[in-house]
Amino acid sequence: MNPQLDQLWVYLQANPLGWLTATLIAYWIGVRAQRAAGGRPYVNPVAIAVLLLVGLLAATGTPYQTYFEGAQFVHFLLGPATVALAIPLYENWPAVKRSLVPMIAALLAGTVTAVASAVGIAWALGASAESLVSIAPKSVTTPVAMGIAEKLGGIPSLTAVLVILTGITGAIIATPLLNALGLKDWRARGFAVGVAAHGLGTARAFQVNDLAGTFAGIGMALNALATAILVPVLWHW
Amino acid sequence: MIEAGILLLLCQLAGESLVRALDIPVPGPVLGAVFMLGFLTLRRGAPETLGRTSHDLLANFSLLFVPAGTGIILHAARLEAEAVALLTALIGSTALTIAVAALVFVGVDRLVGGKAGQESGA
Repeated sequence: MNPQLDQLWVYLQANPLGWLTATLIAYWIGVRAQRAAGGRPYVNPVAIAVLLLVGLLAATGTPYQTYFEGAQFVHFLLGPATVALAIPLYENWPAVKRSLVPMIAALLAGTVTAVASAVGIAWALGASAESLVSIAPKSVTTPVAMGIAEKLGGIPSLTAVLVILTGITGAIIATPLLNALGLKDWRARGFAVGVAAHGLGTARAFQVNDLAGTFAGIGMALNALATAILVPVLWHW
Repeated sequence: MIEAGILLLLCQLAGESLVRALDIPVPGPVLGAVFMLGFLTLRRGAPETLGRTSHDLLANFSLLFVPAGTGIILHAARLEAEAVALLTALIGSTALTIAVAALVFVGVDRLVGGKAGQESGA
């Protein structure tokens, strides 16, 4: 390679700027692809972005740690964005207040189903013990799920990946599944997606309907709480 | 935008600090959202800049999961070895959870006599 190009490549590869830009471009391609497909849920922008970035990292032999030094600026915004969920929550407060009882019932049923069915199916199909611990909190938002897995002897970074695969799955199947069940209540639809598929489910719900998005945000927050309490208790028991 | 950023970060900071000080199993940003809700209730509404910034953040919420998702590259070997078990568990459990939570919500809502939520149309 031409020495100047070589230097440029060293700069781009080692500097956070290059990977941050790549992350935004990969996601932008995913969003455009979904738009071109008429907003169909199975053309998922996150799945597309991850595939593109994994391909790029593999092709250039870049370690994930180097990539993350750039991408961390995007990752960091997860916290403030979670705080921002309070704004639609405030705006839809009357609907939320009216739905307290069904919300709590759906939360308990959803949290137990999420943990028990994930561990049960994986165990029945012969997954390793480490994988079982890592998959237990798969429906919980990333930072909390990683904390739970770490406490119980799982692999936090594997949990992060399983959490995001769960979120992508939820974002893809929610609309057709809920339509097949004939459910039209936006509160129930949103809440269920938030409990099952955390932030990615919530992002999808906001795409479809504002009230659904608000309830998804509440479902996500409550499920993070409930799972953080429930999983360690179940595990020792 | 600066004001909105300050408000969001202050709430998150308060949440993270309290979670650590009291050693409770609540995620810091979730507690931060509770603080923000309290602030909005006291103020009876969101400042316009906060509303706009939050809307932009939430509109691109899924972008924020891309860096962690790319970490799949670290676990390619395990995922390949246990692909059937892990993927079946993920997809099966996610579908089951969505169905159970939504059906319980609607069932209990009917029991207690609520009927809100459909006003914005199907």
